[in-house]
Amino acid sequence: MTFDVTTIRKDFPVLHRLVNDKPLVYLDSANTSQKPQVVIDALSHFMETGYAPINRSAYQLAAKATDAYEATRSALATFINAPKANEVVFTKNATEALNLVIMSWGQANLKAGDTVLLTHMEHHANIVPWHMLVAERGIQLRWVPLTSDGQLDLTNLDELLKGVKAFSFTSMSNVLGTINPVQHLCAAAHKAGAITIVDACQSVPHQPTDVQKLGADFMVFSSHKMCGPSGVGVLWGRESLLEAMPPFLGGGNMIADVRLDGFTTAEVPAKFEAGTPAIAEVVALSSAVQYLTQVGMHNVRQHEIELSTYVLNTLNARFGDDITIHGPINPELRGATFSFAFRGIHPHDLSQVLDQTNVCVRAGHHCAKPLMKILGANATVRASFYLYNTTQEVDALADALDSASDIF
Amino acid sequence: MAGLEDLYREIILDHYRTPRNRGELEAPAVSAEGHNPLCGDEIRIFIDVKDGLVSDVRFNGSGCSISQSSASMMTTAVKGKPVEQVRAIVKRFKQMMTIDEDENSSIDESINLGDLEALQGVVKFPVRIKCATLGWNTLLDALVESDK
Repeated sequence: MTFDVTTIRKDFPVLHRLVNDKPLVYLDSANTSQKPQVVIDALSHFMETGYAPINRSAYQLAAKATDAYEATRSALATFINAPKANEVVFTKNATEALNLVIMSWGQANLKAGDTVLLTHMEHHANIVPWHMLVAERGIQLRWVPLTSDGQLDLTNLDELLKGVKAFSFTSMSNVLGTINPVQHLCAAAHKAGAITIVDACQSVPHQPTDVQKLGADFMVFSSHKMCGPSGVGVLWGRESLLEAMPPFLGGGNMIADVRLDGFTTAEVPAKFEAGTPAIAEVVALSSAVQYLTQVGMHNVRQHEIELSTYVLNTLNARFGDDITIHGPINPELRGATFSFAFRGIHPHDLSQVLDQTNVCVRAGHHCAKPLMKILGANATVRASFYLYNTTQEVDALADALDSASDIF
Repeated sequence: MAGLEDLYREIILDHYRTPRNRGELEAPAVSAEGHNPLCGDEIRIFIDVKDGLVSDVRFNGSGCSISQSSASMMTTAVKGKPVEQVRAIVKRFKQMMTIDEDENSSIDESINLGDLEALQGVVKFPVRIKCATLGWNTLLDALVESDK
């Protein structure tokens, strides 16, 4: 299918609403993405016609609901080229998926003195659970530093990986937009005997993903950033690793047997899916996967490279030294997520002014405080683009930035 | 819809551009630190309490125009005042910001907020109320410190 952003936009009803009689310029998709009509319809259709418990009851409605839920698991496995659908585990969000793998794999495999390698560009969700393991069992953390243009400084990677048990890193920075060389990092980690955990929240929605080619051991991402409903996170892990891990949450659905003196766990993935999940949301996620597949992830990536080129050219041409855009300047090395500082105006004030013309951006530390400290800022403004954004919206951002200078 | 002119009043921008009482105080003055985890704003309030008076007050930190100007205006409003009156001003200010936790308390009309009234417009932008009150809540923490 050829990619036409005008056609794409027709699929997203919220993009056509007016706020205070002006169009919406939604530039916060790194935060959460908007939803196409097919996903909205899938959610309401399932609620209207097929809602029932899964994995519990024998009646037809429940069996059909279970099938629909499991169909999403298969669709996701295909989407990321996972060898087996049962390697896909549903959680409530990507943060829970990371906590699951860090706590559960960590419990079985890490002891006092063991070292885990992280990077300076991680989201709090890939930092805090590790800090919790530091406190709980005395593991040690090591960090890959950054280059001045916001890429991982891999000069001493082999040295940093020496003796490391796990390397946990983001595939794309939610602040800098930097796309990391996941395949290379996984290969280097494996050579050093470490397993890899990839936080792919920012890359899975925006480019093709092939977990087998990347060579990762675990990968997490979230439904709500890839046109699907919120309330669903995804963990993919190699079957052998998942099978060797203890359960994360205990309760219904995750057991094979429960006695007064103990329990045995269910098979993977049920072992990690305790309690009633977000049934309808998981079912509707399948429509998001189908939608993105039809558009073509290569097309999404190409569109965002073109947008990134336009963003960098426009903002630099119009504002020169008045704007500092963080992260790589080469659009091939980055996603369409741009954090920047502008004319010394505080990000909160700037986002407030942009909101006057419905330009929706995020201002803050983006849940990456260690990285913000390295950037020398308490906060940045972040404009993030997706398949439905246009070059006209980049111009709207630039115009709104211009108007902010009149106030401060 | 509330316009930006409701938020960025001239007196507020003046305190943002030219903050009053910015800096630190040495011991025996005490201090407290406040954070807005949502946006990363940080503020530290120093107070020197002598004979029941807030004899001196300073603030430093970094943050948006609303958090910084509100802290600056707060320092001018409380400097040299008795602790009890300072607490009353804080309460009155929080009432204006609609975040006074004591729902049954009546508004003390004898307290004139003066320039602080300019911050009234912040209420129309609910996400910014936390910015405006950061310095004030931190001042209360500093008062607790001074009681120790």
